[in-house]
Amino acid sequence: MSRPSDHIDSVAPAPADGVNQPKLGFVGWLRFFWRQLTSMRTALFLLLLLAIAAVPGSLVPQRSSDPNGVTQYFTDNPDLAPILDKVQAFDVYSSAWFSAIYLLLFISLIGCVIPRTKHHWQALRSRPPRTPARLSRLSAFERRSDDSGATPTELIDDATKQLKRQGYRVERYDADGSASVSAERGFLRETGNLVFHSALVGILVTVGFGGGFGFSGQRVLVEGQTFVNTLLDYDSFNPGRFFNESELAPYKLTLDEFGVTYETENLDAYGQAIDYRAKVTATSPGGKPQDATIKVNDPLRFEGTDVYLLGNGYAPTITVRDPEGKVVFSDSIPFLPQDAQLTSLGIVKIPDGLAEQLGMIGFFYPTQAASKPPFFSSYPDLAYPVLTLNVYSGDLGINAGAPKSVYALDVDDMKQLTGGDTGVESIELSPGQITDLPNGLGTVSFDNVAANPSTENYAGSVKRFASFDVHHDPTQLWVLAFAILALSGLITSLFVARRRVWVKAVAGADGTVSLEYAGLARGEDPGLEAAVEAIAEAHSPTPVPSEPEGRIAP
Amino acid sequence: MTLVEISNLCLWSAVAVYALAFIAFTFDLARRSAEVTAAIDAAEREHVEQAAAAHERVGALANASGGSVAPISTSDGVVRKSRRPADEPEQQASRKSPSLRVGVSLTVIAFMLHLVADVTRGIAAGRVPWANMYEFAMTGTLLIVAVFLVVITRVDLRFLGSFVIGLVTVLLGLATANFYVEVVPLPPALQSAWLVIHVFVASLGTAFFAIGFALSVVQLLQGRRERRLGLVQPAQSSGPLRFLLTLPNAERLENLAYRVNIIGFIFWTFTLMAGAIWAERAWGRYWGWDTKEVWTFIIWVIFAGYIHARATRGWRGSRAATLAIIGFSAVMFNFVVVNVFFKGLHAYSGL
Ligand code: HEM
Repeated sequence: MSRPSDHIDSVAPAPADGVNQPKLGFVGWLRFFWRQLTSMRTALFLLLLLAIAAVPGSLVPQRSSDPNGVTQYFTDNPDLAPILDKVQAFDVYSSAWFSAIYLLLFISLIGCVIPRTKHHWQALRSRPPRTPARLSRLSAFERRSDDSGATPTELIDDATKQLKRQGYRVERYDADGSASVSAERGFLRETGNLVFHSALVGILVTVGFGGGFGFSGQRVLVEGQTFVNTLLDYDSFNPGRFFNESELAPYKLTLDEFGVTYETENLDAYGQAIDYRAKVTATSPGGKPQDATIKVNDPLRFEGTDVYLLGNGYAPTITVRDPEGKVVFSDSIPFLPQDAQLTSLGIVKIPDGLAEQLGMIGFFYPTQAASKPPFFSSYPDLAYPVLTLNVYSGDLGINAGAPKSVYALDVDDMKQLTGGDTGVESIELSPGQITDLPNGLGTVSFDNVAANPSTENYAGSVKRFASFDVHHDPTQLWVLAFAILALSGLITSLFVARRRVWVKAVAGADGTVSLEYAGLARGEDPGLEAAVEAIAEAHSPTPVPSEPEGRIAP
Repeated sequence: MTLVEISNLCLWSAVAVYALAFIAFTFDLARRSAEVTAAIDAAEREHVEQAAAAHERVGALANASGGSVAPISTSDGVVRKSRRPADEPEQQASRKSPSLRVGVSLTVIAFMLHLVADVTRGIAAGRVPWANMYEFAMTGTLLIVAVFLVVITRVDLRFLGSFVIGLVTVLLGLATANFYVEVVPLPPALQSAWLVIHVFVASLGTAFFAIGFALSVVQLLQGRRERRLGLVQPAQSSGPLRFLLTLPNAERLENLAYRVNIIGFIFWTFTLMAGAIWAERAWGRYWGWDTKEVWTFIIWVIFAGYIHARATRGWRGSRAATLAIIGFSAVMFNFVVVNVFFKGLHAYSGL
């Protein structure tokens, strides 16, 4: 911008001046530091630093998004991992150094936006600046002449009207023998820029606080199971800092049925799941049950929470009886899928009722494809389901009180009874079959839960489970609102051209009037010359001096 | 022939025709270099006022890169002054070039084939043709060419043909050879209207960034030449990049690149937001620093940096252009390396 905002300087009230004067060394230094921090160069530097700082988080697994990956990384790189952990490489996006960069950036941003807002506010209320003496120096310039007999004032009256119609703010600067109009437009550009930057602050603040008020919880439900939205009923729960348990509405959610559709026509994708449907019944506290379907990409919004379908698999129903035939354990255990064909891994723990504590590591193959080990599944639906179990006896380690994952079995203090090197074949069951446990401990059965069990068609013989995430984030909509604001501000600021235009008419000696049209871009304005040309064209369509009716008066 | 076979055939044909178009565009650049040499030689043969003559002859070419700022009087008594070179002489130079016209025609033909390939693939799959890497590449490059073809109707950027079409040929060829997958139905995670919007806008943003990238590369070359030789001594120009003399000057290239890049940036901003909205629906959180999210964010910040650089004293020019180039490289990295080698929720390469 070749011309500083002269107008604003003259109108601007003085109060800020007293504060702005450098006083003592200390204040002077502070001022110097502040000016450095809020300079364009610093903003640019911090932006680039932010981009670089975000990279390591994509190279090293992060606790927030991939906790298992972090555990694995520690196993794979026992020497390097602790060092990386010291520099918070597994928590990059909440690390001190990453936070420092974006906080500095936002301080810089605020320090930049506030004075500009003030300045812009004044600019909005100021009048377009005085017409420069030598318009021909400006980057866009046209000269024409008019000999229609109109006076400079009349000509400029027309030009003023024309510019006003085009959305310019105008100011007349007439003098002896000449008239001029100074026009200005595009204040929305700066407004958009300020809205954009302010909205970024809005996003940061709402994201920063928003997480604090919400929660997220996970719960696995086997078909037929019900979950109540209370702290105790979650498998895992992550409350925000300001979360209060009383906010949980104790609604009930029952997984009635989990449906899957598999591709069967396209041989390139044979067996690929193309639809998951969790049919649920949701019941508000004191309300009527209502049916709903939760799908991937289609969460259930209920009682202020959002319930997402994130995973699913099989939950074989296993019953263990003691030697007398008394049931000591019967449950549907979610088995975690290991591959696309749903070979699944699950753990059964039987702490009580038998002579010894038993643990079983089970593999479930919805469609077992090999007749002898290693088994694998060749299709994810229940065509030929087989469950294999390796039995361990000894101390399950759950009496000590330390929480133990239901998906892991610590076999250090246990003795393997079947499978592996024991010489005893591991247990292998189809739905509906029962077999003896080793050492006369009792029996184990793999129950067929189909309505009409059959050995021809295993459809429905094994239950499915679904894992749900329940979220509550009261600020989500605010973030969205700020984001939309930012985008609109961005578009405005990048596409609205801000420019000043002058039209000046000077009476010549021979009765003709010489007209000057000039424009000055303020910021990016690729259309400036064309705009000035168009203004001149509309104002004096026939500029050739020899033609008397050069101008059509409006 | 099945639809998929038609699609594949059209795509390979498109790659071949793009390659021809690339040759034609490159031929045009070579012709420009030759013209520069010829103009210099002709000037040198004249003994009288050798320097001045060289200046004059080459001046016509150099005018394009110089961008006169002197007032230009036209016969109708209108005095007009503008930073634009009068009537953009570089356009005059290129309008005459038959190889340019051949290049553009071949590009249009290839584009048609490409479009048919894309549409038939979509019909065969019964959905939008951008659900795995092969399809992203196919639709993304289609958009690059579409944006290029639209842009050259407004500003004569045909000289970018060898850069843009070269890039498209390489990307499309590599993708077809390495990323090809059969048509398979969408997994549940991708069954969403946001697939249509988010991925399409991301590809559109990428297309604009690609054109901006090509402009920035030429700008850097041009800037280097201008700094080394100075505008007034085109006679010293030599080497394979002599054609630069017939292209717009670095400042104009920078302005063009900026205009294209900010459009890309707006699309990218939208992509980021739409991705967050989709992530909320699909995964239950709108932002989780998944690798793909991280790289989308990094790209966004780099281009925000680019926009700032343009407005920062000492950074406008070559430095800003370098940032734009780094930004587009990050886009490519995000597409190829992150999709294929990084682990994350966005496991949709289909490979
Ligand atoms: C979170 C950090 C920031 C981001 C993501 C960001 C992003 C952007 C973007 C996208 C633009 C171009 C669109 C527009 O004009 O509205 C822009 C322009 C601008 N930003 Fe920022 N900005 C950031 C911080 C800052 C800071 C700290 C300053 C002050 C030092 C600043 C000063 C400006 C100015 C003056 C412009 C106008 C540039 C022009 O005239 O073209 N920004 N910023």
